[in-house]
Amino acid sequence: MNNNIIKSIRITLVLTVILCVIYPVAISLAGKLSKGRGDGETIVVNGKVVGYANIGQSFTQPKYFWGRPSAVGYNAAGSAGSNKGPSNPDYLKDVSSRIDTLLKYHPYLKRADIPAEMVTASGSGLDPDISPAAAKIQIKRIADNRKLSVQQVTDLVSAHTEAPLLGLFGPSKVNVLKLNVALDELKK
Amino acid sequence: MNTELFGIIASFALMLVIGIPLGKYLAKMFAGEKVWTDFMKPVEQGIYKLSGINPNEPMNWKQFLKAMMCINLLWLVYGFFVLMNQDKLPWNPDGNPGMTADLAFNTIISFVVNCNLQHYSGESGASYLAQHYIFMFLQFVSAATGIACAVGLFKAFRDKTTNDIGNFWNYFLRAITRLLLPLSIVVALILTFNGTPSSYAGKDQFISLQGDTVNVSRGPAAQFIAIKHLGTNGGGWFGANSTHPLENPNYLTNITEIVSQMIIPIGMVLCFGYFIRRKKLGWVIFGVMMIGALLLLIPSIGSETGGNSAIAKMGIAQPTGAMEGKEVRIGPTATAFWSTFTTIVSTGSVNGMHDSTMPLTGLWQLLGMMINGFFGGCGVGVLNYFIYLIIAVFISGLMVGRTPEFLGHKVEAREVKIAALITLLSPLLIMAGTAIAAFVFTNHGNADWAVKPSAWLNNPSFHGFSEMLYEMTSANANNGSGFEGLGDNNVFWNVSTGFVMLLGRFLPIIGPVAIAGLLAQKKYIPESAGTLKTDTITFGLMTFAVILVLNALSYFPALALGPIAEFFSMPK
Repeated sequence: MNNNIIKSIRITLVLTVILCVIYPVAISLAGKLSKGRGDGETIVVNGKVVGYANIGQSFTQPKYFWGRPSAVGYNAAGSAGSNKGPSNPDYLKDVSSRIDTLLKYHPYLKRADIPAEMVTASGSGLDPDISPAAAKIQIKRIADNRKLSVQQVTDLVSAHTEAPLLGLFGPSKVNVLKLNVALDELKK
Repeated sequence: MNTELFGIIASFALMLVIGIPLGKYLAKMFAGEKVWTDFMKPVEQGIYKLSGINPNEPMNWKQFLKAMMCINLLWLVYGFFVLMNQDKLPWNPDGNPGMTADLAFNTIISFVVNCNLQHYSGESGASYLAQHYIFMFLQFVSAATGIACAVGLFKAFRDKTTNDIGNFWNYFLRAITRLLLPLSIVVALILTFNGTPSSYAGKDQFISLQGDTVNVSRGPAAQFIAIKHLGTNGGGWFGANSTHPLENPNYLTNITEIVSQMIIPIGMVLCFGYFIRRKKLGWVIFGVMMIGALLLLIPSIGSETGGNSAIAKMGIAQPTGAMEGKEVRIGPTATAFWSTFTTIVSTGSVNGMHDSTMPLTGLWQLLGMMINGFFGGCGVGVLNYFIYLIIAVFISGLMVGRTPEFLGHKVEAREVKIAALITLLSPLLIMAGTAIAAFVFTNHGNADWAVKPSAWLNNPSFHGFSEMLYEMTSANANNGSGFEGLGDNNVFWNVSTGFVMLLGRFLPIIGPVAIAGLLAQKKYIPESAGTLKTDTITFGLMTFAVILVLNALSYFPALALGPIAEFFSMPK
């Protein structure tokens, strides 16, 4: 047994060097060659970082496309889902009031036009994307607010719709931050 | 056919394309035959030299288990003190506090036993030192411990009669140097080049487009997430685990992560067959496990893509399925797919919140963890399944009126007793644990703990009960996922699940290895016309029936109170 303890301590030390120093540092160095240099990819407007490409942010103003409801208010210092169960009455009330809010700002919509993700919170609370359908329902509001033609905004959404992986695997999506940055640039 | 469905079919195909050859490789590698990773030999010899270990020393099952328990105990003690004092130790850029004693107790057990139940949140509860030197380190070595113990069991059946089940250190180190580490490097590179941070930079701050000040947690996560999946650990770098857009940035990383958590469990099953030179046995076990997996998977996909009927009633479109707790870039289909595999293989990472999945999906998740033998965690999956095998051999023996035999060794009272005790352990821990929790919740709602029992549940009624049942089940299965609405960072849950995890880990490792060691010492009986053949489809079905009956009898009442009752309470 004593013998085992000494062996255990020694192999733990040696493996710590390999697994906790050499391995992660090597990956970190390789990561410097990646797009965000391993720090996370940022989006820069006029030389200023306005966000991370993969981290959703809160959009509440009518001139912007909105993202999904978030259980953490898009505070990326943490992350969490709502963890509400599907039959929870309070949760269903929340969903119902989100529907009403959406209908208030988009009076031209029918309930059946609203995709579920616009009234349900994401898993991380930081979902950066919405589906093309969720972008589509907001086009008229944006166009009216910014005094653009519906066609202009529709084209912009199409340009920012990301196809599934290799065109085959997974959902299509629209990155809300990138779309809104492009929207701001359109105005000029 | 839609692209979400294509996505999971591709993931499934990749699991098989990588997992099956991996099984053959593992058998050769652990048997010490020539393999392409022999270039690691000098490194291994260096490690043995520095550690004072002779990897060729034979071990009987008791010596083998002693070595295993000794090093695991060391990690428990050492990790406990580091976690409590992480605020005083270096490398804590976000200034996170030290853990309380009960949280440190729970967390260190959780990582040593390959469970990764997390009652803290990565962003605010752990320093980079704790994340790498304790959590990531343990993700490697706990997976290697499970694999080494499984290979010890394999070795017992490779020879006709033997005392020697191989050297623990030899299997343990090979599992790291020739399996987990090389694969982790590949996966970590894929992740970091797809947007997962890998640098040591701390939190960042920026002003958003709307003018809000936002903080973003970062850190060397890619390295951690790679082994978290390969080692079926499942503990996230960030609180939201693989739903977090930095932890799982796009569909490619989603495929990478789900495939990497399945390949070793698949490989280990086939490795069993190849290693003991009974290829067919490995494939029959694989078949049973795959049928079980698909039976859990297909209805899960159905219930998630069907959407939430209560939301459908409000007139909202759910074109792809239920979206609460899910991410747009992943979608409900891939989330259902992941939720099945992460619960059967004891990874417990999530790419969508399980607490918000549909009632029946929750049922399949719970059942996957209760059975805990359809592929199962790194190494331990085969060990769990072995117990089912022994029970099936015993019952078949009774049915035909012969002394039961397994692979040429008589299975007698002692072995069957061990197997029966291990079988009873899971229902005992899960049921008793949940019962006590429900009792405390009902009768001591105001106990003065960090989270008052009356505030534990994030959801009322049946779903609230499911939250407690899920937590105990996940702890016992060493899974680590949760119905995360549960307020679990308090002395009750930290201590109770801590003990459940410990017992649910080590007894189901010690039992099977002991049975194998005992059987291997017995005289080898050559096969005759009267031998019960364990590598036939008939015996495979028999084992499947045993698994079904045992688990249905044990868990149906509890499941009826939780997810099943909730299902019937939903609007049609």
